Amino acid sequence: MLHIINKSHGQTSALASCLRLASDGHALLLIEDAVYAATVAGATSSGVGAALSRLKVYVLSPDVQARGMAARLVDGITPIDYAGFVDLVAEHSNNQSWL
Amino acid sequence: MKKFMFVNRKAPYGTIYALESLEVVLIAATFDQDVSLVFVDDGVYELVKQQDTQAIGIKNHSKTYRALEGYDVEKLYVERESMQARGLVEADLLVDVEVLSSAEMAELMAAQDVVLSF
Repeated sequence: MLHIINKSHGQTSALASCLRLASDGHALLLIEDAVYAATVAGATSSGVGAALSRLKVYVLSPDVQARGMAARLVDGITPIDYAGFVDLVAEHSNNQSWL
Repeated sequence: MKKFMFVNRKAPYGTIYALESLEVVLIAATFDQDVSLVFVDDGVYELVKQQDTQAIGIKNHSKTYRALEGYDVEKLYVERESMQARGLVEADLLVDVEVLSSAEMAELMAAQDVVLSF
């Protein structure tokens, strides 16, 4: 399953709920304001860093660049572009956009 | 003249709040009020350097913060705790700000006539 999060972990509990309910081996894509969870500081405070060992985590590059976070990404998260987003959705049999 | 404070707590682009706050700040400044902008929680992200919105097709409004001085809006405050929690330091920010502790921020907030939250 592919999980998609678009809200900052500083604003809503969507990411926390997703991390609690996502199964090992699932994919997690961080877009829009959720990209802050892919930064060094954000990966720690959000729990994404701790989840890297059991989830494959992606972040949408255009949203990272827009927010000036490109130099702050934590190791172990894969940046993708819009075409990569489409591929991820196509590759997974199902997905969940957490609101 | 009244003391107006604009409290920014949202990251840019994901919602319209950051942009709307800027619009209202400029209006308040036009009416010659005592305007303060504060940045707490995710609002600190609004001031980060090197924002490049070309690929998401949204206007990069971060440059506007640098123009505020021209409207005599010079009181910008950032909460130290919020900044540190996000791994940011003053040098990462687009504009000169005064960094306040939570206690100092609380005092400043309590001294306002009008507080608008974004």
